[in-house]
Amino acid sequence: MVEALSYLSRFGVKVFRRNTVSNKFPFIASSVLALVVICALFGPWIAPYQATAISLADAMTPPAWLEGGSTAHLLGTDNLGRDILSRIIAGARVSTVIAFYAIVLSGLIGTGLGMAAGYFGGVVDAVISRIIDTQMAVPSIPLAMLFAAVLPPGEAMVIFIIVLSYWTWYARIVRGEVLSLRERDFIALAKVAGVGTPTIFVRHLAPNLLNTLLVLATLQFGSVIVFEAGLSFLGLGIQPPQVSWGGMLSDGRNFIEVAWWLITMPGLAIMAACLASNLLGDWLRDTFDPLRRQVL
Amino acid sequence: MLRVRDLKTYLYLKRGVVKAVDGVSFDLASGETLGLIGESGSGKTMTGLSLLGLPPKPAGRIVAGSIELDGRELVGLDEDVLAREVRGRQIAMISQDPMTSLNPVFTVGNQVAAPIRAHGLAGDRSAIDLAIHELERVRVPSAAERASDYPHQFSGGMRQRVVAAMAIACRPRLLIADEPTSALDVTIQVQFMDLIEKIQADTGAGVLFITHDLGVAASLCHRIAVMYAGRIVEMANVDKLYADPQHPYTRGLLDSVPILGRRQKRLQSIKGSPPDPLSLPGGCAFHPRCPHAMDICRREAPPMVSMPDGGQVACWLKVDSTA
Amino acid sequence: MTRYITNRALQGLIAIFGALLIVFVAQRLSGDPVALMLPMDASEAEFTAMREALGLDRPLLVQFAIFLGNALTGDFGQSYQWNAPAMQLLLDRLPATLELAMAGLFFAVLLAVPLGVFSAVHRGGFLDRSAKVFAMLGQAIPGFWIGLLLILFIAVELQWLPAYGRGTPAHLVLPAIALGWYPVAAMTRTLRSSMLDVLESDYVRMERAIGLPERTIVWRYALRNAAVPLVTMVGVYFANMLGGAFVIEVVFAWPGVGRTVVDAVFARDFPVVQAGVMLSAVVFVVVNLLVDLSYGFIDPRIRRG
Repeated sequence: MVEALSYLSRFGVKVFRRNTVSNKFPFIASSVLALVVICALFGPWIAPYQATAISLADAMTPPAWLEGGSTAHLLGTDNLGRDILSRIIAGARVSTVIAFYAIVLSGLIGTGLGMAAGYFGGVVDAVISRIIDTQMAVPSIPLAMLFAAVLPPGEAMVIFIIVLSYWTWYARIVRGEVLSLRERDFIALAKVAGVGTPTIFVRHLAPNLLNTLLVLATLQFGSVIVFEAGLSFLGLGIQPPQVSWGGMLSDGRNFIEVAWWLITMPGLAIMAACLASNLLGDWLRDTFDPLRRQVL
Repeated sequence: MLRVRDLKTYLYLKRGVVKAVDGVSFDLASGETLGLIGESGSGKTMTGLSLLGLPPKPAGRIVAGSIELDGRELVGLDEDVLAREVRGRQIAMISQDPMTSLNPVFTVGNQVAAPIRAHGLAGDRSAIDLAIHELERVRVPSAAERASDYPHQFSGGMRQRVVAAMAIACRPRLLIADEPTSALDVTIQVQFMDLIEKIQADTGAGVLFITHDLGVAASLCHRIAVMYAGRIVEMANVDKLYADPQHPYTRGLLDSVPILGRRQKRLQSIKGSPPDPLSLPGGCAFHPRCPHAMDICRREAPPMVSMPDGGQVACWLKVDSTA
Repeated sequence: MTRYITNRALQGLIAIFGALLIVFVAQRLSGDPVALMLPMDASEAEFTAMREALGLDRPLLVQFAIFLGNALTGDFGQSYQWNAPAMQLLLDRLPATLELAMAGLFFAVLLAVPLGVFSAVHRGGFLDRSAKVFAMLGQAIPGFWIGLLLILFIAVELQWLPAYGRGTPAHLVLPAIALGWYPVAAMTRTLRSSMLDVLESDYVRMERAIGLPERTIVWRYALRNAAVPLVTMVGVYFANMLGGAFVIEVVFAWPGVGRTVVDAVFARDFPVVQAGVMLSAVVFVVVNLLVDLSYGFIDPRIRRG
């Protein structure tokens, strides 16, 4: 009786837990992400001004809804009279491009190594797992410092640093997935039928990993944007005159006492993108496999 | 001492309402042991929890009925009052699984002392001394040293003794033992049942012994109440019930297990399976499995009737025979 | 337990070795490591002397052995900016960083424990739902931006607390909140779910059945069980905070390890940078080891197992 009851009450709890706020906004979340991507692709055509166009006469214009603001610059201007809205749109491009390459590369590397570790086991697994452990024992920001000190700054370096920190995400989780997939009948059958290892990887393992990878990539998008913003904020990532949200925060910081919108607006952009990516990722995870919430 | 009338405890789940306890009435005197018997899901554990005012939250609620202990009504009492004056003080429980009933991160002495402290029977220091005393009473060897050990350092049987020590620490009037032996080995079971008898002799408490094991119940209880689908279907003195069961369900139960000292034909199981608690059959809940089911059984639930020899049974067959 | 700890310690050593390897590779990645280690205006004689001192004319493996030997004695070279041993320089700044990380952790735990417990006890209530929204926001807002907003509102607009530098306890408040911001969300959710499990357990029901007040059950008996997963997180986040403190230290001009390393990156003061990476790797490993050890104190089952 008690078991039955505790099962029943736990079932009730699960139903409740699944009925969360994060399930209600997949549409809003994907709209926000779509907006970011549209800004990245068509930014120059959408933005009211050129992101780097200086107009000292308009310097430090507050946002349009404040006294002294103007509808010509909806979100105001910075100390050089550059339009904040246009710069945020331009920053979306940098963030998206970096996130795209970083996700694809870390996903490929991590998935490849994770599949190899999980499928072959033994020495291969031991070596790859040790590398993952090591990688995770070095905090990513100091690691970023190290390479920022020796590599030429710019997009390529930022992508390299992010891939270095993030591939373990994929490797760890994919390894676990493959470990359990390996035991399933269809893989054993394929092996018995003499299907080659590359074919098993591409035809049998990869399709079963797709859901997981999609969830990881979605969640990583926001995380990468924050990471990149942090680097650029420190001045170690994207270099001016190229526009990035982190760089805008860094510029705005010097005028924090006179122009609050300089640090507020880019931060809101980062928050919106990251929140959307987290919400969508959570929702995808719940949709694909509600029972495995703990794992991802 | 204890007087329960028409107790109803329902569970409000997403998928519907479970009438876990549906109109249960019984009395229990000091020093008496009443066995509450039934299959899992029959509502016996829920009856025990209801007496403590602890139906599982948030789904469970006592919706009707009365529980009187020494003349005091417990249903509707404030949660704080229940905790302070009733639970652990007047009514205590020994729960089912000794392996999970003790908090793993506190010492055994601390846990036995907890009710003593909570009910203000002793200060912090002397509570531990009293706790050691209680552990000795339930025959935990070298109790003084073992009081500073943690639950995982005890065997299952010893843990159940610790739970018993927690329960009797404040000399409750009523002790609810919920399948206290089902998780134990047979030899340990026998020892533990001796212990319960000793506790009862020492403290004069009434014991409500919840079990699905007819053999265990026979050796320990004075009276037996048989539960089916949230109701008591038969209640009688233990000898009478085992010798001459009145309800078809009781008879089925007795025929399905070997019991020492009872003359039996071949063992037979009751046909069919226990009902789905979310959608009980109408009328008498047992009718789909009953070999004597009649029309009226499907339409209407039978009333409880007293038998000439003092037993009670809820079955239409008996209604006719006395009417 | 002993075997487990030995295992973990070994893993930690491997990780530190790996970090050394990464640092060494990074050093060579840049071409001439001497160029990184000497100021730009160093003379040719200094270059030659440095090359010989580092054994750069020897095979790569020998070079790595020399690098390892030096690293083991904590020698990562001289900071030319400060003209002092790089590691010593950072160790001098470590107390400031530890102070900040501990304050951040304190803030996070101070907020997460009551939030997590109340969310579990009043599951589905107003506070639970607010905590959930708060947690989602918390994970999407970068700590350094929170830092900037705190400076903007608390320090600049309201002028309640100082924004920059280290000194009085008041200086500690804003950076600690910015640093502790991120873990609050994760800790709250973790504590909530472990607390929910514990509150459904048989021993909590037993504690209710013996008449313990609900308050005592929740805060004294249940919390200690529910805190076990939280302790892991505290360790992980503490180690991450020491790394994450880099950006926060820059935001608040906090004179700690992170800001020194960031400055060193700009000044091409490579010995300090590599010493910084190694220091954070070692601290990370040590903190995680301490966390493993601390389980025994919370959960007696692990102590002898």
